[in-house]
Amino acid sequence: MNDKKNTNEILKLADELRWEIGNDFHDALAESIHADAAQIAAVAVSYDDKKPQFDMDRTIDRIVTSPWLGFPIMFLLLAGVFWVTIEGSNIPSGYLASILVDTVHPALKAFADSINTPFWLSGVLIDGAYLAMAWVIAVMLPPMAIFFPIFSLLEDFGYLPRVAFNMDNLYRRVGAHGKQALTMSMGFGCNAAGVVAARIIDSPRERLIAIITNNFSLCNGRWPTQILIATIFIGATAPAHLAGIVSAGAVVGVAVLGIFSSLVVSWFLSRTVLKGEASAFSLELPPYRPPRILQTLYTSLIDRTLFVLWRAIVFAFPAGIVIWLVANIHIGGAAVAEIFIDWTNPFGILIGLNGVILLAYIIAIPANEIVIPTVLMLTVLVSSISGVGGGSGVMFELDSIEATSSILHAGGWTLLTGICLMLFSLLHNPCSTTIYTIYKETGSVKWTLISTFLPIAMGLVVCFTVAQLWYLLA
Amino acid sequence: MNDKGCETCPVYKPGNLIRHGINMTDFDFVIALAGNPNTGKSTVFNNLTGLRQHTGNWPGKTVSRAEGAFSFNEKKFKIVDLPGTYSLLSTSQDEEIARDFILFGRPDVTVVVVDATRLERNLNLVLQVLEITEKAVLCVNLIDEAERNKITIDDRSLSRELGIPVVLAAARQKKGMPELLNYIHAVASGNYKCKPHRISSETRELKSAVEKLSTRILKQLPHLPNARWVALRLLDGDQRMIDAVRNGELEELFKPDDGNQNLMSVPNI
Repeated sequence: MNDKKNTNEILKLADELRWEIGNDFHDALAESIHADAAQIAAVAVSYDDKKPQFDMDRTIDRIVTSPWLGFPIMFLLLAGVFWVTIEGSNIPSGYLASILVDTVHPALKAFADSINTPFWLSGVLIDGAYLAMAWVIAVMLPPMAIFFPIFSLLEDFGYLPRVAFNMDNLYRRVGAHGKQALTMSMGFGCNAAGVVAARIIDSPRERLIAIITNNFSLCNGRWPTQILIATIFIGATAPAHLAGIVSAGAVVGVAVLGIFSSLVVSWFLSRTVLKGEASAFSLELPPYRPPRILQTLYTSLIDRTLFVLWRAIVFAFPAGIVIWLVANIHIGGAAVAEIFIDWTNPFGILIGLNGVILLAYIIAIPANEIVIPTVLMLTVLVSSISGVGGGSGVMFELDSIEATSSILHAGGWTLLTGICLMLFSLLHNPCSTTIYTIYKETGSVKWTLISTFLPIAMGLVVCFTVAQLWYLLA
Repeated sequence: MNDKGCETCPVYKPGNLIRHGINMTDFDFVIALAGNPNTGKSTVFNNLTGLRQHTGNWPGKTVSRAEGAFSFNEKKFKIVDLPGTYSLLSTSQDEEIARDFILFGRPDVTVVVVDATRLERNLNLVLQVLEITEKAVLCVNLIDEAERNKITIDDRSLSRELGIPVVLAAARQKKGMPELLNYIHAVASGNYKCKPHRISSETRELKSAVEKLSTRILKQLPHLPNARWVALRLLDGDQRMIDAVRNGELEELFKPDDGNQNLMSVPNI
């Protein structure tokens, strides 16, 4: 049995003693621990006094964290990674599409017909769910299989803490925690992971800022969208031999705009609703380690690439069904999708987008990965392009980037639509997984709503401004 | 450290290691894995469990607990990879998770992984862990990097100073893992009795306050192995500890002769 009187006495004694020690309890304790640690280390550790002639780590650090070269090197590295990803993923994408979409899909249809499957069942399952998944694999797998291993190698080498070191000063100046640079980097993989990573920040105020602004880091699901749209619309404006570099540059531009947005929003939050000073912390720059190439390739492929791919497939399945249904359920002669698109199109045009994109972003709330497949399918539906696709609600063959390009152009897309879609892909609500994670981490409906709607509001404003300027000048 | 001859010696028994991944049923002992960020805890964890917890050269990789299991010498161990922290004294969530698990989770052995090239700074955490628990093993990791930087670590005097077993390791190269396993087993089974170093350089005021309070606590809970730590946390005003004292959780946790039973569940995160 717990003795109430005794425990209260203990707690009372603790209170009294706490007053006696005063405010410097923490410092006194930390100092005594340091003193003990120093004593023990003096006994157990010995250094060879000869200073090495050339310290490789220090030399690299001096270059990659230098005030002048730090950022340019960062952007060049990032651009290099995207360039390799863009150039490298085109061919395997086409190859996968030709197998999964051109060969397996008709085979499945023929099999379904041969056993007299009703049209709606084979429509929902094969033209909806299966094609959505096949499309996701064809478009997502190659860039991920290139991007993740390269990124993991940089991480294994020890470059990310240097990025954080470069960014730290900026974040501190806008009143956020320097460690937000780390959670931001995590967000480049997955925003939900970035939101969870914000646990490394002690102060609740700064943690909340890091959580709200994590969505401004382009995530796995959005990189392929950015890369594809940049290739089709931006790369196409440049001569062929420069197209890859120009597209990579555009994607880096959007990523940098994301970092800029996170700084601006952090600044705004720490001046208004989340007022306070940035707290100090120590950031350790770990020694560079030669990356274990094979091991990194293996783990990043198995754990990261397949994990993200699996998630995309899981979400593409129901989304494919929904797309098929909205395209095939008719109200008063028109499909539900068509009614919605016609209704929202004027508003979409106002912000440089169109009704198709708006509907696609609603259907794709569970996963950003499926935005592009949804957009393509809906475009075919409303512009009734003959000769492509297999009828209403079928996510059609996409065996090359040129085919996608011709469909989007036929759907009335222009360079402006491409730019605005890239911007909106950066500035819109987080996916539902991230929203749920934000709710779990903050435990607050209010902050979850703010994290969800703030980026949409920003996206609408930015796209509107860009579109109106474009209309004025063009 | 790891000469070829060792592999023929009976002490070297990596063959006895069976990795269970995430199958954690019916374990005999619980091992906690603590340490500063970026010292290779997750690599040690992966080596022991055969899991592929993501590792990366950057501090703060592991923010929540990861769990796995392995068998060694016919005993089954559940191992918990705690978030990397520089100390156990602040209010941040990662430090709370690590601190509460080592105290309330009552692991049979706490393995502290430290960076050989930054031993002095890493010892701060080791000393705090040794205030909480008596059963610990120190894994001085990245010893290969220390050798490259011409830093020599005397594991025997380190072990003598700290009162716990010390293993020099290079987890990425799987060096020192057999020794680590042997020590984990020895400490868990009680064959190795630790005599943990307790912090001794406190200021006079702090020392007397801690003494007064811990004496009072020991009067009430005579079986508490870490009354000084409880006193330190109460002096710091740690709400979790105040609650644990008030609602009798602490008393329940450190009842005499309860062996390995009565593992408190720590809040899942």
